[in-house]
Amino acid sequence: MMLADVISAGLLGVGAAMLVIGSLGINRFPHFYSRLHAAGVVDTIASGLFLAGLAVHFGPGLVTIKLLLIFIFLLFTSPTACHALARAAYSSGLREPESEDER
Amino acid sequence: MKHSISLGLLLAILWWCLSGYPKPLLLGLGAASVVFTLWFAHRLDVVDHESHPVHISGALLAYWGRLTVEILRSSAQVIGTILSPKPAIAPYFLRVKVGQPSDLGKVILGNSITLTPGTVTVLVNGDELLVHALSPVSGEGVSQGDLDRLIPADCERQA
Repeated sequence: MMLADVISAGLLGVGAAMLVIGSLGINRFPHFYSRLHAAGVVDTIASGLFLAGLAVHFGPGLVTIKLLLIFIFLLFTSPTACHALARAAYSSGLREPESEDER
Repeated sequence: MKHSISLGLLLAILWWCLSGYPKPLLLGLGAASVVFTLWFAHRLDVVDHESHPVHISGALLAYWGRLTVEILRSSAQVIGTILSPKPAIAPYFLRVKVGQPSDLGKVILGNSITLTPGTVTVLVNGDELLVHALSPVSGEGVSQGDLDRLIPADCERQA
């Protein structure tokens, strides 16, 4: 039981660190599109680690199945939201400021 | 018919996982919900090989495994970039030809590219994707079609 607690705490801790790093990236990176990439780290890695940590905490059972389902739904919805943002920006004419467009 | 049975089973399992109470009332409500959802999906005419790809489920699991490895690798890269004192980013757009003939394959590829940190699918135009990459290191895999080759080949087979 102790070991599971340690693993769970570790996963939650690393997930929280990823959240901080992702937020840091959103602030450090210049311009819209680069910031989108930093947000992607939070989306995929941080949420995955959090759900994994919670799954280890609850052990096998219905709760873990629900956590897995949440993760699978996130795998479909978060890239869709990210793509919608990028597409909306591109359609309204936003391009990379300094580098030459479309190499 | 094959898709309806599979969808029905999936919905029943889903209801059971989300409820978990073996009470007659709740099981009855669950059965009613499954039947109603099946009827509704039929009325919308969305039960087909595209919305419910039974024929590639197994191969797709293997693909998700490979995708996870890819996500972890590029995450490490992007995290390294964020934490470096002077982030070495050179964001650019790239166009890449898609090897996937089916719409489903293209959606899976586009979603995978967006899911991988450092690259985002911006537009899908015919068999061409417009992708934004954080740096040439991130964009390399996309322009070489790494994920494209990993997607189960029988995606396009009409069941």
